[in-house]
Amino acid sequence: MLQVEGLSKTYNKSSRARVRAVNNVSFSVEKGQIVSLIGESGSGKSTIGNMVLQLTKPSSGRILFGNQDITRQRSRSSLKEYYRKVQGVFQDPFSTFNPIFRVDRVFAILHREFFPNEAAEAWQQRVEAALLSVGLTPAAVCGAYCHQLSGGQLQRILIARALLLEAELLVADEIISMLDASTRIDVLNLLGEMRERGLSMMFVTHDLSLGYYISDRVIILYKGVMVESGNTQTVFSDPQHPYSRSLLEAVPRLDVRWDELPPRPASRHEAAMFNPDCDKGSPRMEQIGEDHWIAVRDCLPGTEL
Amino acid sequence: MRLKDNDILHYALRNRKLRIGLAIIAFFMLVMLAGPLFARWEARERAGLYPSAPPNSTNWMGTTKMKEDIFSQFIFGTQSTFLIGFLAGCIGTTIGLSIGFFAGYVGGWFDELLMMLTNILLVIPSIALLIILAAYLPYRGVQIQSVIIGCTAWPWVARAVRSQTLSLKQRGFVSLARISGVSPLRIIFEDIAPNMLSYVVMVFILQFGGAILYAVALDFIGLGPTRGISLGLMMQEAFQNNALQVGYWWWFIPSGLSITLIVSGLFFLNTGLDEVFNPKLRDQ
Ligand SMILES: Nc1ncnc2c1ncn2[C@@H]1O[C@H](COP(=O)(O)OP(=O)(O)O)[C@@H](O)[C@H]1O
Ligand SMILES: [Mg+2]
Repeated sequence: MLQVEGLSKTYNKSSRARVRAVNNVSFSVEKGQIVSLIGESGSGKSTIGNMVLQLTKPSSGRILFGNQDITRQRSRSSLKEYYRKVQGVFQDPFSTFNPIFRVDRVFAILHREFFPNEAAEAWQQRVEAALLSVGLTPAAVCGAYCHQLSGGQLQRILIARALLLEAELLVADEIISMLDASTRIDVLNLLGEMRERGLSMMFVTHDLSLGYYISDRVIILYKGVMVESGNTQTVFSDPQHPYSRSLLEAVPRLDVRWDELPPRPASRHEAAMFNPDCDKGSPRMEQIGEDHWIAVRDCLPGTEL
Repeated sequence: MRLKDNDILHYALRNRKLRIGLAIIAFFMLVMLAGPLFARWEARERAGLYPSAPPNSTNWMGTTKMKEDIFSQFIFGTQSTFLIGFLAGCIGTTIGLSIGFFAGYVGGWFDELLMMLTNILLVIPSIALLIILAAYLPYRGVQIQSVIIGCTAWPWVARAVRSQTLSLKQRGFVSLARISGVSPLRIIFEDIAPNMLSYVVMVFILQFGGAILYAVALDFIGLGPTRGISLGLMMQEAFQNNALQVGYWWWFIPSGLSITLIVSGLFFLNTGLDEVFNPKLRDQ
């Protein structure tokens, strides 16, 4: 459904300072799949999400949606066509709504931009149905301003918005990281329900446990580079890349005290990762199991492992 | 929002600077609107029997050396001075806002081009440009003066608005509008601009006051309107005729005092509004 091939983004902060936010990232999202992009803050997750949403132009690489390279189409009509199918929800719900308008303006805009021929009453009914399906009472949220609602309610409104468009792919960029613990799980489970309905999702998070909870596949990013990817179960039970290992070890466990942690077996790729001679050049993804890939760097000649 | 509106109104009504500013401007509005009912002569008409007469029952503010009625000049001068402030303020604000919005929102080479233009105009001393432009036009009315001033006063507006736009552009609601297929023009005018409304009002007031001062400066160096009257022209004529040295105080005080009052009134209005819109500046 969505294929990302060799995607890179370099920001020119000034004429001299450049930031390689995303470096040669490739992955795909299949229909009905939830793929998590996991990485610490600054690892380029949002930049990837924004490029998929065509909010940011890639420096190089291709993004294929339904076999069409969307980075090449520029016209507003094709962009609109794309947004019927690919939608996003962002991290900070309070900044996603324009503070000076009522929250239901987001629905009015959809009506105007995408369904101008639909009668107002029919549209209103659809809006209410969508709100109900994400667990909101239409009367409670319509007419409110965003500072009068909770973050969880706002994110639900945005999910309802994507449902109204019958989007096929949702880019969810840390959509629950700013919510209270009590509402997080509800929104998370709502996303699970959406998947049941066939919605695909790119789930961006810095939280490993969230990624584990929800996704079919995970992609672990480090400084804009993919370091490990594959089936969620496989990657979480047998992480191979030293960075993924250290990430997983950094998660406190409820069942084991830190001084009882068993020593972990050495990864066979660790040596290559930390060998300074091997630190040159761009990493390439190597398959090490069925749907399990890790980044390796090609060593310079003569320093063969 | 209703609550918030009331909140702002509440502070607006309580703010002393805002009240002073409004009172001064309201007074001059009254002068402009009701004054013509009492002005018995045209600004350049021979009104009195004597030149340079002090205030008396016929000529309430006295007469000039050319026997013109200073009260009438004051009324019509205030009118045209406000007209210049308004026209030039509108022109400067509109150009500055448009350039700032588009440069900030569109970005890229478009932004660089517009900002280059803006910076060039910003470093050229605009008074020099005004002198050159004004000197080339054989006769100038108040409107032409306004256009000249408005067209040279916008660069700082453009820069300030651009940087505000750049920061608003990063906000989530702009991204949401973009993935809702909203056109850039609509995003600028329906999402970004309304969030800068208070700022736009203040920019306009500053442009208004700045234009009045520029017009006075132009009048004073002899590049004012070649016909008609303005507060700046009244002052210039008074000084040219040594009213100060000879002690014809009635000739220069109405215009000088009015200019000072109008500009300080606008200044109070602006700081007052700033305090109302920006809670951090409220000193209560
Ligand atoms: N608009 C931008 N201009 C310049 N640099 C940016 C911009 N957006 C992000 N970056 C930089 O790109 C890197 C990745 O950012 P981001 O994609 O937001 O990471 P994440 O979402 O994983 O925290 C960071 O170093 C960030 O500073
Ligand atoms: Mg982010």
